[in-house]
Amino acid sequence: MSSPEVLPDSEAKRWKYLNNVRTRPGAFVDPEEFDGSTVVENMNKIKILQVILSTGSTPSVCVYQPIQAEADTFSRVIGAGGLGCEILKNLALSGFKDISVIDMDTIDISNLNRQFLFRHADVGKFKAEVAAKFVERRVKGVKITPYNCKIQDFDEDFYQQFQIVVCGLDSIEARRWINATLVNMANCENPDSMKPLIDGGTEGFKGQARVILPTMGSCIECQLDMHAPRAAVPLCTLASIPRQPEHCIEWAHVIAWDKEKPFPQLDKDDPEHITWLYQKALERAKEFNISGITYSLTQGVVKNIIPAIAATNSVIAAACCNEALKIASSCAPFLGTPGEGEPNYMMYSGNDSIYTYTFKHEQKEDCPVCGMTARVLKVNPKWTLEELIESFATLPEAQLKKPSVRAEGKTLYMQLPPNLEEQTRPNLEKTLEQLGLTEGTELAVTDPAFVGVVFNFSLKFA
Amino acid sequence: MTEIVMDQTPPILQGPSDKERKYDRQLRLWAASGQAALESANILLVNSGAGTVGVETLKNLILPGIGRFVIHDNALVDEADLGVNFFLDDSCYGKPRAQCLASLLGELNPEVDGDWSPKTKNDTLGSLLKKSPLFTAIMYTYPINHVELESLEQYSKEHKTPLIAIHSTGFYSYFTIRLPGTFPIVDTHPDETATTDLRLLSPWPELVEFAKTMTKDIDSLDNFEHGHLPYVVILLHYLDKWKATHNGTYPSTYKEKTEFRQLVRDAARTDNPEGGEENFDEAAAAVLKTVAPFSLPSGLKEVFEYEHKGPIQERSTFWIIADAVKAFYTNHGSLPLPGNVPDMKAQSKVYVQLQNIYKAKARKDAAEVLQTAQAIAGTGRKVDPAEVDLFCKNAAFVKLINVEGGGDTAPLGSKERLQQVLRQEMANDQVAEMTLQPMSLFPTYLALRGLAHCGNASSDKTQIVEAVKSLLSDNLSSEEYGDLNEKLGNVAEDLARAEYGELHNISALTGGMVAQEMIKIITKQYIPIDNTCVFDGIRSRTQVFHV
Repeated sequence: MSSPEVLPDSEAKRWKYLNNVRTRPGAFVDPEEFDGSTVVENMNKIKILQVILSTGSTPSVCVYQPIQAEADTFSRVIGAGGLGCEILKNLALSGFKDISVIDMDTIDISNLNRQFLFRHADVGKFKAEVAAKFVERRVKGVKITPYNCKIQDFDEDFYQQFQIVVCGLDSIEARRWINATLVNMANCENPDSMKPLIDGGTEGFKGQARVILPTMGSCIECQLDMHAPRAAVPLCTLASIPRQPEHCIEWAHVIAWDKEKPFPQLDKDDPEHITWLYQKALERAKEFNISGITYSLTQGVVKNIIPAIAATNSVIAAACCNEALKIASSCAPFLGTPGEGEPNYMMYSGNDSIYTYTFKHEQKEDCPVCGMTARVLKVNPKWTLEELIESFATLPEAQLKKPSVRAEGKTLYMQLPPNLEEQTRPNLEKTLEQLGLTEGTELAVTDPAFVGVVFNFSLKFA
Repeated sequence: MTEIVMDQTPPILQGPSDKERKYDRQLRLWAASGQAALESANILLVNSGAGTVGVETLKNLILPGIGRFVIHDNALVDEADLGVNFFLDDSCYGKPRAQCLASLLGELNPEVDGDWSPKTKNDTLGSLLKKSPLFTAIMYTYPINHVELESLEQYSKEHKTPLIAIHSTGFYSYFTIRLPGTFPIVDTHPDETATTDLRLLSPWPELVEFAKTMTKDIDSLDNFEHGHLPYVVILLHYLDKWKATHNGTYPSTYKEKTEFRQLVRDAARTDNPEGGEENFDEAAAAVLKTVAPFSLPSGLKEVFEYEHKGPIQERSTFWIIADAVKAFYTNHGSLPLPGNVPDMKAQSKVYVQLQNIYKAKARKDAAEVLQTAQAIAGTGRKVDPAEVDLFCKNAAFVKLINVEGGGDTAPLGSKERLQQVLRQEMANDQVAEMTLQPMSLFPTYLALRGLAHCGNASSDKTQIVEAVKSLLSDNLSSEEYGDLNEKLGNVAEDLARAEYGELHNISALTGGMVAQEMIKIITKQYIPIDNTCVFDGIRSRTQVFHV
């Protein structure tokens, strides 16, 4: 459903402010290289894709670790979703006429403090649909196509039709997936196959916005070490020496629930389930004289809730869409411009004054997704294959949860299909040495979360 | 965040209310106390020009639930509004802009009261200010007319109202917060890692006793006990040993600290399956941070040294409590103990005991401060123990905003101040150029100020630059201008293409920052900017100036 077209001279009056800027070169673009007369027509033809929540599941974290601000304000990438409303509004008011939105999520009451396209009456409905309808009604002349699906439900052919992709995803996995898909699609012989990826994320008063030009610069995978996974609380702490209220909650979540199974399946959004966990945690806390358990804390730990406010979402979504406008119109330099020292990444922090750090993250030669060389992996030759496979999950530069491994033509272990898994299972107990792996052996690792991507590692014995 | 008392009421079986669920994500940042402050806030927006940045700011205040807002806007909705402002639609064409904005913004949160002005020809900003309930904060956008600006400045002075100026044009924006006098923040929400104050170099009797008891026969403890000694206890024990062999002194130089750290590392038992002990690892990792002599944090020092102008009776309780803490510091040579203990490997029972020792000392110190504060306040005034507790917990991180520099620093808001900041920024740029750091955004700020001075949509680059020069007056040498000219010229040229219009993204971004700052001021939590933030949408950067 698209809204009626705006009449031509009405169109010019309506978009006066935007056109004054996007059809003129300004001070930082070479007027010889810029043709303002074609900008509007070109932008009207652009198909832009907005991807928001994709997997419907919170990132799997073994055990909750309280959010600890790090000494260096800017060292971590963050990514709660919830930017969808802001991004859609901004794109519509930036002159984009054909916007597609992928968002699998439904509206929850806790969204209403910042996701402003939704009202109380919309709770339970699909976000993509409600958002699309709202913005089409409010901003005339914009066509918005909603998809209530996962990003992984679509293939390369689908993504080929878009010129720019803007992400406000809620998980690292989803970001890596879209990044890998776009990088694989990019073919230097066909410039149209290179789709700029603009990514934003927020957490409380902090956030970041980054631009990725697939194959031409640093990508999400290159930047993976900025997402260092938080250290899990040891199981023995949960089981025998809890000290913090969070330990009691996680004990209830992981140990007591498993043992007592009060309900067939844990539904983290069901207040009855959370109340059960809350009461169990209280009992345990009482046993150990620990104070501080609240319903709110229980919910926060179990759902890994990230604080979020409208203000920060406003900043980050706008930063992303500002870049989209500049890329689409060429009316000003944009983040991610290829070149020495050209920044591609903005980090924002607003809890103590206002700080931004805008810098260039360098492309990694050994990036498994966009790089040319294999990444060096330090291993112990006495490790079993099983230990190696488990290490991929926690290794900051891999973070692969279900890896399948081949080494120089030989299949070592495959997670799927089941008969191949059975066949290769005996290899798990053998050591790397026993399997004939040596210093410099190249491993090809794949993971079902990243179809089409091969992660290449070169072994270094430590 | 807020500590729950041990004997808590039985759990609520029906869970949180609808309102708590709606505001859940933000309550985790500023808690019920911050939310209450927001819900009592009455905010005025005086809107003008393309009218978007102030509206985006309001959106970000209405959603989290401020009590009330009023929009004063003389414009009628025209076609151009519909291409930049999300809170207007086709049905608004020709109507009072204030009315339509109030309506569409009001939809965002039914719990917020909204109003608009002017409703009739006789409604002026002056009359609005007279008849309205007191405003908590007022924001206005350029191009505000100077008569209205004067009424706002008058009101702000009279009622001590924070006044926020916002200017968004093309790819650039800035906003300035003018606060009524010095603004203290106690609840600064410092980073978790920064707040550990274990007092290892000045332990009190109960802590000393506890540590001594646990480590009396440390070498004959079984592996379990040894491996579960809290690292606080480990460090106290080995600090004692060090003192005994170093003439009663603690490790002070970096060399000594690393030596001490190695001593601790070497004390870990390795004849176990793990090949080491986690608690000793924690102890070693904590050495550099915790084996450090006390030094008065600069924020608190500024508070202690602050020169008041009026009598005690006129001061807020913040200053009464600050005086009491100062007295405590003078008497004891240390600050009241905050009392939190980080998590560490230990037996639950032992950890809780340790926590209680710290909490008891913290309570004792806070009680002393409360007593002193009450004495200072006199019998006519009650000091709130909760306020004292908050101060004591956060003493090391207290911050003063909006302090006049004094001495050579020109008064904030003055022309001379602009010149001083300009000189400093140009000098910084010379260093920045050599070290490949980003250039100052001060020319951007000046260009926007110049544009507002011209007040004209058709101002070109030259006119904007001339306007800046008249703003700065002729105190700058042509050499200094030379440097500024080029940088200013580029921004002015880019600014000119916008013809005083707003870009939605820049206004939305700025609206996010302004709302965030207003929330900090209203809730008195987190640290506000002091006092001007500039955004460059070409390079996607901000910079804060003290003008």
